[in-house]
Amino acid sequence: MSLTLINVLAAVIIAIAFVAANAAYLVWAERKGAGFIQRRPGPTENGPWGLLQPPVDGIKLMTKQLLIPGGVDKIIFVIAPVLAMFPSIVSFVTIPFSDTIVAHNINIGLLMIFVFGSMSAMAILMGGWSSRNKYSMISSVRAVSQAVAYEIPMLITAITVVMIAGSLDLMEIVHKQSGGFWHWNIWPFQKGLFNILMPASFLIFFICSLAETNRAPFDLGEAESELVAGYHTEYSSMGFGLFFMGEYANIVIGACLTTILFLGGWDCPFGLFPGVWWFIVKIYILIFTFIWIRWTFPRTTIYSLLNLSWKVLIPISLFNLLLTAGLLKVF
Amino acid sequence: MDLELVLSAAALIGLAVLIPALMLVTAIFGPRAKGKIKDEAYESGIGATIGVVDQKFSVKFYLLAILFLIFDIEAVFMYPWAVSVRELGWFGFIEMVVFMLFLFTGLIYILQKGVLNWR
Repeated sequence: MSLTLINVLAAVIIAIAFVAANAAYLVWAERKGAGFIQRRPGPTENGPWGLLQPPVDGIKLMTKQLLIPGGVDKIIFVIAPVLAMFPSIVSFVTIPFSDTIVAHNINIGLLMIFVFGSMSAMAILMGGWSSRNKYSMISSVRAVSQAVAYEIPMLITAITVVMIAGSLDLMEIVHKQSGGFWHWNIWPFQKGLFNILMPASFLIFFICSLAETNRAPFDLGEAESELVAGYHTEYSSMGFGLFFMGEYANIVIGACLTTILFLGGWDCPFGLFPGVWWFIVKIYILIFTFIWIRWTFPRTTIYSLLNLSWKVLIPISLFNLLLTAGLLKVF
Repeated sequence: MDLELVLSAAALIGLAVLIPALMLVTAIFGPRAKGKIKDEAYESGIGATIGVVDQKFSVKFYLLAILFLIFDIEAVFMYPWAVSVRELGWFGFIEMVVFMLFLFTGLIYILQKGVLNWR
């Protein structure tokens, strides 16, 4: 056993614990948030403020029967929920929470997160396809076309940030934005660059991370009023639980990436005491915004969803990319 | 290749697959009731699945997937360029502008062809 191996093993275990805890308590936060927005209490029965709700839910899911309906493609049906969970765990290994708190920093961290992030679309496709169910099938076709449509503007806006930082290393990207909130990539002014479209870039990235994680208003994949529950209709017990946890873990990753790329990572807004707490505060503000948006906006249609990506977000992000490249040359 | 790196990567991916898979052990330890109706696909609550599952769906989804491939490769191609954009100078910039104009023309052509005109 070499040192790197032990490090990586420890990192994976911590990442899994973090993902599981976050996924469980985000469900609670989501239900409390929904309750707050809809003027009702949300979960209250188990523990103070319903705080014991996630473990109770977990035990309930664990002890239920894992139904495998007749006629499904058994192997793919079982692999799909695992594949929904796995990319988020791997991605957490490269996300830097502060200068020192990072499981394993690699110099192409951003690329790796995108590579594994795009695998969740495959899990949805496998789950929907193998279910032998018309609604799941329609849902998986929709969800995949949505995931691929929003991956392009996401990649392109990330390229803009990569150009400014000159590196794919997430640490480097954060270091480039250090020293006060006016240096963050969200503003038009960065160090040695003035680009008026950077706020638009941030918005595009945020919209794309909403769409990539299948969150409302872009949750066409699991539109319960049209498609029952979409691609996980046939799943019960932990099969459903893994899909659910995978979704919340993806939300955390989306928030982490947005924070790192545009909001200065663990950097303090006023240049004082940078540290992991700022990172945590920022990602939870973003996650709260995710929840807020979910319970505020109605669901779009698949047509307007795809039109938004191909006709609006991609041209704007391509233009912004060219503009940033040109400005980097000028300044 | 560095053996340590390969081992670490294998351990990482192996663990990340194994631990979610462990949660599926409920399939073995959980209740195992069976029944004719219980084993059918739920779909929307109607007993037997009505209609064909492998039905046709709009060809536009295929076209969008092909469109995605082109743009995804474009984006991946841009990453190495983006990292070294400062060093490459104006030559690299103009090269990329030409490349992107070609792709952008492609996007406009496809939109003109009506791939995104939904009825």
